Amino acid sequence: MEQPKGASVVIVGGGVTGLSAGWWLAREGVDVVVVEKGMIGWEASGRNGGGCSHHHSPLFLEEQRLWPQMDELLGYPTEFSPGRIRLAASEAQMALYGRALRNAARQGFASDVLDVEQIRELVPLAGDTMVGGYFYRFGGHANPHRTLQAYAWALQDHGGRLMQHCAVSGFKTQGGRVTGVETGRGLIACDHVVLAAGPQTGLLSALLGQEVPLASARCEMIVTEPLPLMPYGGVDGNGLYGRQTLRGNLAYGGGPHEWLEIAGHAAPAKPTSPLMGPMARRLAELLPKAAHARIIRSWAGVIENTPDGRPVIDRLDTHPNVVVATLSSVGFGLSPASGRAIRDLVVDGTCGFADISTFRLGRFAELEPNWRALQGWQVAAAEAAAA
Amino acid sequence: MASHPPHDPKSVSGRELAVAERTQLLVIGAGPAGLAAAIEAAELGLSVVLVDENPVSFKTMGDEVPLHFGQAMSGQALNRNAMMEAFIASEPLIEAAFEAGVDLRLGTACWGLYTNGPSLGWLPGTVAGLNDDERCWMLAAQHVVVAAGRRDMGLGFPGWEKPGVLGATAALALARRYGALEPRRLIMLGSSTEALAAALALREAGHVIAAIVEQAEEVVGAADLAAALREGGTDILTRHVVREATGRDHVEAAFVCAIDAQGRALGPERSLACDGIVLAVGATPVVDLLDAMGCRIAFQPERGGYAPLVDGDQRTSLRNVFAVGDAAGLWPDKTRDRAIAEAEGRRAAAAIARDCGVDDGRVVAAVAPPRTPECDISAYRLAWVRASVVEARAEFHVCQCEEVTAREILEIRPPRYLGWEDERRNDRSLSALLGDAPPHPDQVKRLTRAGMGPCQGRRCREQVAALLALGTATPLSSIPLASYRAPVRPLPLAVAGQIPEAAEQSEHWDTWFGMHAQWRPFWEVPALYTVAGNDAAGPVASE
Repeated sequence: MEQPKGASVVIVGGGVTGLSAGWWLAREGVDVVVVEKGMIGWEASGRNGGGCSHHHSPLFLEEQRLWPQMDELLGYPTEFSPGRIRLAASEAQMALYGRALRNAARQGFASDVLDVEQIRELVPLAGDTMVGGYFYRFGGHANPHRTLQAYAWALQDHGGRLMQHCAVSGFKTQGGRVTGVETGRGLIACDHVVLAAGPQTGLLSALLGQEVPLASARCEMIVTEPLPLMPYGGVDGNGLYGRQTLRGNLAYGGGPHEWLEIAGHAAPAKPTSPLMGPMARRLAELLPKAAHARIIRSWAGVIENTPDGRPVIDRLDTHPNVVVATLSSVGFGLSPASGRAIRDLVVDGTCGFADISTFRLGRFAELEPNWRALQGWQVAAAEAAAA
Repeated sequence: MASHPPHDPKSVSGRELAVAERTQLLVIGAGPAGLAAAIEAAELGLSVVLVDENPVSFKTMGDEVPLHFGQAMSGQALNRNAMMEAFIASEPLIEAAFEAGVDLRLGTACWGLYTNGPSLGWLPGTVAGLNDDERCWMLAAQHVVVAAGRRDMGLGFPGWEKPGVLGATAALALARRYGALEPRRLIMLGSSTEALAAALALREAGHVIAAIVEQAEEVVGAADLAAALREGGTDILTRHVVREATGRDHVEAAFVCAIDAQGRALGPERSLACDGIVLAVGATPVVDLLDAMGCRIAFQPERGGYAPLVDGDQRTSLRNVFAVGDAAGLWPDKTRDRAIAEAEGRRAAAAIARDCGVDDGRVVAAVAPPRTPECDISAYRLAWVRASVVEARAEFHVCQCEEVTAREILEIRPPRYLGWEDERRNDRSLSALLGDAPPHPDQVKRLTRAGMGPCQGRRCREQVAALLALGTATPLSSIPLASYRAPVRPLPLAVAGQIPEAAEQSEHWDTWFGMHAQWRPFWEVPALYTVAGNDAAGPVASE
């Protein structure tokens, strides 16, 4: 694509958050360009469990309202499937997962407590390894890759533009506003900027004098060969998140993450590690009748987190025409709603459908400068490299 | 106020991977190069573990792992003991390896290699994931030699899913090592030196090579091999393709047809009786383990396609990892003379011994690098895919596991099981997906599922790359390698689950990051966040 000279809104980052925001803007006729340093959805957005059940979030109601409509709204398939079952291998897990019920009930969503007999009926691959579980009458799961592409194509259908393999190096500012985005292919003049660049959001916001505190980590998942479809694919628990895909594969993750130092703007390497083994053991416990199923892939993603693990969706104090957005490692399922919230901040200056005051950047005003060390988010890879 | 641990207990920080055994050198693959490396290293006094997955079980062969066996195994392949004996008997260096003190384990696969790097730092060094039929364990190795051999690019045509259509490397393994290749009368596709040498070896093993089918105008491989085949009664049909394989339960005939320079069918088809069709249009190094662990891999036409970058000692971009034999690149001289592969193995072993501080003064000759390739393999493979796949007279599944056709790949169509029938905006071409960049097979496979099945893309990955090159008018060499991921062999959950984990890891295992603050419902979130004010030990209830 030819380099555009300008756009009303430049979105930095072609992940699920940036693309959703771009789609929300484009469908209203806003002139929007999404600039992505590599390929869309190549980082955390394409590497997650696909869950859509975030009852702790102020965007929950909108997430639940939108997902059942997304195929229709976007015009492309997302593989959204409603319903979610969470199984517990111990009373401790049962108590922990039960917290979801209180959150959801408070917001008007029902759930059922499952006994062993009901689990056998609802989850054909389960055995007698689980002590109980929950059926959420909300939420569900979708296919991250397909959804990513659906946002991108829908954005283009509405006249939005997408520039892949185009890195952002800086900003042109004037009088407390960003007036242009410097890219590897030249300057793009703009009225508004959205920074939704995943791990790079910290670096880019620092260039504008107000750094979003972020640290990145590598997480892993495994996927098996296809198995006969269960009535509900959204079955997880026993320390794992994930789903049976509509094709029948079991795609699951969970367990330890590895904190990383992201140097510069290059895409980080995403190797997997032998954590595949402990994940496989837990999955075979969760679904014993699938214990024979063969793992055919594993993969890793690099995912950013804020110090409290909660999103930032806010306008910069230093440059009010810049919206910074990170969903802090829980972004895929919330993306229909987060994109709309970003659209609201850009167009209306405030989010009109939810109270997202807890996503303000200002909550870190008194954050300790050495927060990362204090939280023990050490980088093993750097130590290994230095040794 | 909670106290804060020095390490995030939910992370890998401070974790120990339990390794079951350690060795100075792990060699993967007991072919000429791997055996030569193992023997040389053992003679130099290193501790050497050599693993080879062969003989793989009949069931594994049936899953097209690790090669495209095409259900062409005879009943002989059911007898694992006989297969083991045949495997050992077919390679004299195996006995020599035992005698040299190599810890040789057959029927043991390596499904993953891991080493610390920029995004991975918790491992105790370089480790390999190994398994046999029942067990799975981790081995730590100071050095690794990958001698994983070659495989064949798949090439589809109507009927190519029928039993009896198989890769040349698989055919050779079945026929020469096990005497277990069922089809007797074969047609071979391709005429490179690799193809012709395979045809002669199959003939020597007692099979009839009825015809060589070649889309190019002339035989591309060594003339002496082609002459030897002709003398033995093999028809060599240039500017021809197989239009269809027919047969009830397995291949019984191939319909062949002349083509023009653009790969379009010309004139009448004729039926050639055969019970096997051997695909030999593109032998390529097996780089799955090397790519998955992070070695630099590049398209090197003189080495048969995507091959690891190696120096004169066969060292890859990772200092303690070496590639030898066909896995490091294959070319006509190497195919015809196993001494080249063996020399690579010895060269790598000598370099490793020096790294270990062992140097008995012996001189190991440098290995001659590959010469200019006998043809432009990028153009040659594209021409095959154009003539056989794109110009096919009927649709068929390029990806057999996920049942994806060439058209569905080129149009980036969602898989059929979604029942997505909305054609409103289905004008999405490859270029609309890509923008300015060359198409990436990983992107295409996630949308179409081509290459995502249990054969792990072994039969379709080169065809998908060729289709993307043809679809965007770019050379094959510019299409990135579809990424490999561990496990590079399908591994049952119950087997992989045997990898032990530290008690500390079990205790702190969490579904996600294990952060209490992350999951507090929004109505309970304090206005300011500080580490000091955070209850790091609070309950974690992820979605």
